[in-house]
Amino acid sequence: MKNWLTPKSTAGIMLIAVALAALPFVVGMAGQAWVRILNFAILYVFLALGLNIVVGFAGLLDLGYIAFYAVGAYAWALLASPHFGLHWSIWAILPIGASCACIAGIVLGSPTLKLRGDYLAIVTLGFGEIVRIFLNNLNAPFNITNGPQGITLIDPVSFGGFKLSGFTPIFGFPVSGPQKYYFLLVALAILVIIINLRLQHSRIGRAWQAIREDEIAAKAVGIDTRNLKLLAFAMGASFGGIAGGIFAAMQGFVSPESFSLIESVMILAMVVLGGMGHIPGVILGAVLLTILPEALRYGVGPIQKLLFGKQLVDPESLRMLVFGLALVLVMRFKPAGLWPAPERKRELAEGAK
Amino acid sequence: MTQALLEAKAVAKHFGGVKALRDVSLSIREGEVYGLIGPNGAGKTTFFNCLTGLYIPDGGGFTFAGQPLRADAPQQAAQRGIARTFQNIRLFGNMTALENVMVGRHVRTKAGVFGAMFQNKATKAEEAAIRQRAMDLLHYVQIEDRADDLAKNLSYGDQRRLEIARALATEPKLLCLDEPAAGMNGTETAELRELIVGIRKDGTTVLLIEHDVKLVMGLCDRVAVLDYGALVIEDVPAVVQKDQRVIEAYLGA
Repeated sequence: MKNWLTPKSTAGIMLIAVALAALPFVVGMAGQAWVRILNFAILYVFLALGLNIVVGFAGLLDLGYIAFYAVGAYAWALLASPHFGLHWSIWAILPIGASCACIAGIVLGSPTLKLRGDYLAIVTLGFGEIVRIFLNNLNAPFNITNGPQGITLIDPVSFGGFKLSGFTPIFGFPVSGPQKYYFLLVALAILVIIINLRLQHSRIGRAWQAIREDEIAAKAVGIDTRNLKLLAFAMGASFGGIAGGIFAAMQGFVSPESFSLIESVMILAMVVLGGMGHIPGVILGAVLLTILPEALRYGVGPIQKLLFGKQLVDPESLRMLVFGLALVLVMRFKPAGLWPAPERKRELAEGAK
Repeated sequence: MTQALLEAKAVAKHFGGVKALRDVSLSIREGEVYGLIGPNGAGKTTFFNCLTGLYIPDGGGFTFAGQPLRADAPQQAAQRGIARTFQNIRLFGNMTALENVMVGRHVRTKAGVFGAMFQNKATKAEEAAIRQRAMDLLHYVQIEDRADDLAKNLSYGDQRRLEIARALATEPKLLCLDEPAAGMNGTETAELRELIVGIRKDGTTVLLIEHDVKLVMGLCDRVAVLDYGALVIEDVPAVVQKDQRVIEAYLGA
C-alpha cells in the first residue's frame, strides 16, 4: 500500500471527520425523526457491507440475509429485556448475537455449497422465510419469541452507566438518544469499512474473487472453495448479527414483521445498485435507498398540493412506485451500479520496462 | 533409470455408455516432457480431468511421487503438486494479470481472515512475498509489462502465458498443459516451445496434450498415443512416429 497519509489526504480526513461529527446536530435541527432516519442509513451501510462480503466478494447470491439480522436482533431482545428478566451487558450480548448469526450462516451455507446463481438465491430466500416463520411461531409450547407480538421494553445500549437512550446534557448541551446512537453506528460503520477494505486486498479476498470469476479454475489452483464459501457466509452473517443487535436496542422493540423478504431485497438492492463489490458504491447505495424513500414520503404530499392544489395519490403508494421506477432506470442505464469499481488501468510503474 | 513421478494404473472413465478411457496405464518420469496425443475425442482431456480431480475415475488410480493420489477434489491435486492449464483458457477475467498469479500462490501461503483484518507483520511480509513471486513469474513468462492489465484484455498468446504463470505459482512438481499451442501461429508456438524447455530445465516435469504433432515430436522425451480411450503406444517420439497403429489412428485405416 502506498503512503496515503499525505498532508492533503490528512486534511480531507479531518474535514470528513468534522462533517460526520456535526451531521447529527445539523440534521437534528430539522427534527429528531431525521436523525433516526440518518441512523438507519448508517445501519444499512453496515448491513450492506456485510452482505457485500457474500454477494460482492464471493459472488454468492444471498436473498435471505435479513435472517441473520433477525437472529442478532432476537439475541439482543431475549438477553436484555423483561421477557426473560435478563439484562446482560453489551459486551456479552453482541458477541453472542454475532456468534449465533455466524452459526446460522454456516448452517445455511453448508447445504448450498454446490449451488450457484438462481438456485442458491431460491434456497437462501427459503432460509430467510424459515427464520421469520420460526420467530413468528416460537411462542408455543414454550414462549421463547413471544410470537407476532414481538418483544418490547428492550434495554438500550449502555456502556457502564452511560445509556444511549434519552437526553443527556453534554457541556450543558442536550444530546438526544438518536444522536448518541449515531456516533456508535458511525464507529461500527468505519470498523466494517476497514475490515472490508483489508479483506478485499488480502489472500482471502483474492481467493473469493477467484471463486466468483471461475470456480473450476479456482479449484484447479488449489483453493478450497468449500471452506472459503462458508467463511464468506459466516462473516457476512456475523455482521448481520451485530447490526441486528444494535437495531433491537435502538428500537426497544422487535417483531418478526421487521424481517420480511422485502428487507432482504432492499439490502441486496443497495449492494447491486451502488456497485457490487465496490465499497464506496455500496455505501452510496445504502444511504440513497434509505434516505430516498423517506424523502419521497415527506416530499410527495406537498408537491402534489403545489401542482394540483390537492392530494391526488396517497404518498405511501406513490413512494414505492417512484422508488421502483428509479430502480428500473438505474439498472437500465447503469447496469454495473451507480458507482462501480473503476476499471483498473495499467499504471506505468517505474521499475517495469 | 529415473524414478516415475506419476503412475497411472488402468484408469477408466465412462459417461453413460461412452467409454472415454479404457484402462489407461502409463508412467511419467521425473524431469521429462511427456506428450499425450491422439485424435479428437480420444480421451486426452478426460485423462487430464481424472488426474487433476475434476472427474473421479470409475476404475484404476494414480500414484504420484510414490504415494497414491486420492484426488477426489481438485484442490487436493494442486496441494500435492499437480498444476494444470485448460484447453479453453480459464483465467479470472476481471482480475489483473498480477492478481491472477497471486491467486496461484494461495495454496502455498496461509494468511487468514484475522491476519487480513489486523494486518500483522507476518501477513504483511507474506503479502509482499506473494506479490514479488508473482511479479517474478510474470517476468519468467515475459508478460511483466502487462501486470496491471485485466486478464480478459490480454492477447490470446499472453493469456496462455498467464495461465502457465498462474499454474507455476502453485509450485507444481508436475505441470499439465492442455493444448497450449492451440490457435497459435508459428512464431508463438516457437516461443511457447522455448518456454516449456525452460520450465523443464528448471526442474518441473511437464505433461503436454497437443494436436501439433511437430511440436510434440520435437519437444517431448516420450509420447503416449490415445485412440478411442485406449492407450495405443507409449515410447520415444522416433518409435511412435513410425508405429503403424499410430499412423492408422491419425490418417484412418
